[in-house]
Order: sequence, then C-alpha cells, then structure tokens
Amino acid sequence: MKSLSDRVVARLQADMQIPDLSGTRYNLLRYVACGGMGSVWLAEDTVLKRRVALKVLDLAGPADDLDVRLLSEARILASLEHPGMVPVHDAGTLADGRAFCCMKYVEGQTLAQHIATLNLPDRLRLLERIAEPLDFAHARGFIHRDLKPDNVMIGAFGEVLVMDWGLAKVGVTSLEAGETEIATAVQPTQNSLRVTGQGSVLGTRGYMSPEQARGDIEVDQRTDIFSLGAILTFMLTGSAPGELPAASGSVPRPLRAICEKAMAADPNARYQSARGMTADITHYLNGEPVSAYPEGLLERSGRVFTRHRTAVVLVAVYLTMRVLFILFGRR
Amino acid sequence: MTRHSLVLAAQSNDPATRSRAIEAIAAAYWRPVYKYVRMKWNIAPEDAADFTQEFFSRLLEKEFLDSYESSKGRLRTFLRTCADRLFMNQARDSKRLKRGVGSTHLSLDFMEAEQELATELRSGSPEDSFDKEWVRSIFVLGLARLQASCESRGKLIHFELFERYDLEDDDPKPSYAQLATEFGLATTDVTNYLAFARREFRRCVLDQLREMTTSEEEFRREAQALLGVKVT
Repeated sequence: MKSLSDRVVARLQADMQIPDLSGTRYNLLRYVACGGMGSVWLAEDTVLKRRVALKVLDLAGPADDLDVRLLSEARILASLEHPGMVPVHDAGTLADGRAFCCMKYVEGQTLAQHIATLNLPDRLRLLERIAEPLDFAHARGFIHRDLKPDNVMIGAFGEVLVMDWGLAKVGVTSLEAGETEIATAVQPTQNSLRVTGQGSVLGTRGYMSPEQARGDIEVDQRTDIFSLGAILTFMLTGSAPGELPAASGSVPRPLRAICEKAMAADPNARYQSARGMTADITHYLNGEPVSAYPEGLLERSGRVFTRHRTAVVLVAVYLTMRVLFILFGRR
Repeated sequence: MTRHSLVLAAQSNDPATRSRAIEAIAAAYWRPVYKYVRMKWNIAPEDAADFTQEFFSRLLEKEFLDSYESSKGRLRTFLRTCADRLFMNQARDSKRLKRGVGSTHLSLDFMEAEQELATELRSGSPEDSFDKEWVRSIFVLGLARLQASCESRGKLIHFELFERYDLEDDDPKPSYAQLATEFGLATTDVTNYLAFARREFRRCVLDQLREMTTSEEEFRREAQALLGVKVT
C-alpha cells in the first residue's frame, strides 16, 4: 500500500467525520460545530423540505453511554414542549452505527456574544427568560446538569433557547444503559431526584454545583440553580465564577447577594426554585427589596428614594416651602 | 485477535506471539519513530534507520513494553517517550548505533520514508510530526484492511473507486459522472459504491485502532485524536 500525502490524510480525516446518511431522509449540507459528544451538521429533510440540525456522535457504540445520553436528550426534548427548548424531530442510528438526533436548526448567537451589547436591566431580563424553560423542566422532574453560557442561544428573533440536554436526567427514574422508557410525569413535590447509578461526574467546571462535582448520587433541581447563579455571575462580570473575582466589585450588592445565594455550597441555602431566583431579580429590577440581601437603613432609604424619586422630591419641595412659609411668612 | 490482544500479546512470554504482535505494532509506529528521530535530533538517514531497527528489536526483547500500563497513558505517548529515552541513553553511553542489535530485523522501507520527508511540509514540533505520522500509518493500515475486505467480498471495484476518488492527489477531483464513464458504471452506482467504501474505511480504521489500544477509554481518546475532533 502506497503512502498517503498530507492532503489525502487531511481529506480522509474529514471524510471519516462525515455522517453516513444513506438510508435516511436527510441530505448533508454542511458542518456546523463540534461538542463533547459529537458534531452538529446542517442537513435538509428531503421529505418536508426544511433545514434541520443533526447531532451525530463521533463514535458508534455504547461506551460512556453516549448513545444512551443522546437518545435520552432526544426523548427529554420530545416530552418537553416549551418555546425555550429546541424541538426534536427524530432520533436513531445511522448506517455507520453512530447515534443521531435531528432537531430544529437554530440560527443565532451564544449568550456570550449576545450580552456584549446589552445594558444591566436587559441582561437581568434575559436571565429571567433563561430561567423559564428551566423552571418548566424542573416542574416536570427534569434537571439539566450542564447549564452554562455555551448552552444558551439567542435566536434571530430574540427567542431564548436552553440547549444541550444531553446530561439531563429525569426524576425518580434513572436512565441506565438499556432502559427504553422515560417517566414523563414526576410528582412536583419530589424534591430529590436520582441522577445516575454510577455517581459519575458530568458537567462543566465553574458552572457545576459542588454536589455534582463530588459525583453525588442524589442531586436535584438545585444543582441547576447553582449553574443559573454562575450564569448570572458571568452575565454581570463577563467571567465564569472564580475566574476573575475582582470583576465582581462593580456589581451592585443585591445582585452579588443573589449570585451568592444561588451558588451557596449547601443546596438548602440556595433558592429552592428557578422561579424563586427570578422573583428576586424582578424585585431588583422594580427597585424592591430582594430576599437574598438584608439591606441597612441607609441603603433602604437610598433605594426608596431611587424608586420614588419624583414623589420624594415633591414632598421635599413641599416641606421646604412650608418651612420657608413658617419662617418668613409671618413677617 | 480480540481488541486488547495486540499490546498484551506483545507482552507475552511466548516468542512467536510476541514477534507477531511487535511486527503489527511496528507496522503502525516505525514511520512515526523514524521521522521523529530524523526531525528531533537531525541525525543522518542511515543512523535513523539503525535507531528504528534497534528500537523495535528492544521492544521485541521486552525491554520497554513490560513497563507499559495503559492506565497511565496512551501507547502512542509511551512509545515516543521510550524512543527519547533510548536515544538519550545511547548518546550518554557514546555508543554507536548498530544495525540489528536485537533478535530481529524488520523489513522496513526507509528509502520511501526518506522520500516522504523530503516532500512533506516541515511544520510543527517533532512531537506533532510523530502524531501526524501515526495518523498516516493507521490510515495506511486501515486501507490495507479495506482492500482485503473488498477483495474477499467481491467488491474490489468499490475499493478501486475509493482509491481513484479519495486517495489520488488530483486537483480538481474527477466528477462522479467522469468516474462512471471511466469504470463503466451508472453515476448512482458510483455514489453508492463510494458511500460503501467510505463507511467500510471508517470501520477498518477504527478496528485497526481498537487492536492498537488496551482499553475502551484509550480507544475513544485515540479515535478522537485520529478523527481530529475535540477531546473532552
């Protein structure tokens, strides 16, 4: 066998990554991106004549349960219909043995790209919208477990999408390899959700809760609250938590307190729901006290003044005029 | 051979088993080792050839591989470190590199490797070159498997099409219609045959790699390096 030129080797390398779509309804259009599990490709659904995103694993086979995780992601997305989650159309195995998942193709920006142009109130409103699909998923017993800025996309029309549910787990039912059913109905009162029988560590450092980093068998939706707090820190400082602590100096204290509460080491000390956290964000935006921050008298006065500036000024002017009238009006 | 057998066989006490396994490992690694020493220490081609023979002789004599533990790192990195160590020891002892010191002498085409070196772009470190050569060697071995597989299944034309379209350096490449005329096939057959050959090539390469690794974890990491994708 003759040797291969650098050019041919590069071509073969590229060829080997191309998913074999023979026997499917999809035509490959172009490569989009790669991730931890595999790569994403833009394809055309030849039956419905629409563009779709194909997420394809790099390798076939059950190692690391990647194929189970991809299928699990597809099923979770299929069972959760929310404007903040990417609709899944199809899933299966390609002719080359690799598992794939077909989803709506979303064109847009990552969170990091998008927030560069936003002011503080808009960033906070954006976080509220990131929390919406999360709260929706939690209410149905799902936890994301890999929430980070890279997994949030802002669509061309401003839609906010929480992506990559590949590490997500469902309520009381553990998705071990080989299981084919997912419990779609989980009691909302269920506080503790089984994550994985092996207790393996999955997630992204900086955005992963301490209990998840330890590989605790039992983690619940509060692991996502930690990640949401880390995302808020990123949105306020431009850095992942722990990367650039000095940058937090310019962050208003109530917002810093919200981040700290969301990212408390003890899950019991965190917000117990995404809605609870966004309620505090809304309070802050409305100039109201936030539960995470016990403010002093001076700060409270300052906040009340800021919130009711016109009324305070009018009252002050009225009182000043009264005093002046009392002092000089009698002469 | 089962997936773990090649490296384990190379650590075997049975000389025949060990010899076969070392030959298979040498087939994948002799080019990377030869080009690596040529680039890293800038030694003459004949000295690099002697060193490469010496290196694989010592592998056969169980000098290196017995200390290899897959849990501590990749075979690829281990062999490159062994090559470094052997060279440093020889330099320290001021010994001349001798041809075929060990119990075997592999038939390796150093002339061809030298010609490749002359035409290849010398970019990156010797370590990068080692890794690049390793990818090339695995692909060459995968192609040999593909050819054998196609021949045994009566699908040699699939391989010939693949060879013509994917392995030639032509620029621009021939169109599928041109290939159809050249091979006397319908254009749709060309599409299907090439898809088959590419799928089989991927399988052959990954099978080859599976034999060269000692654990599923190492296999997956090496496969991702081979495919040039991000490793997490």
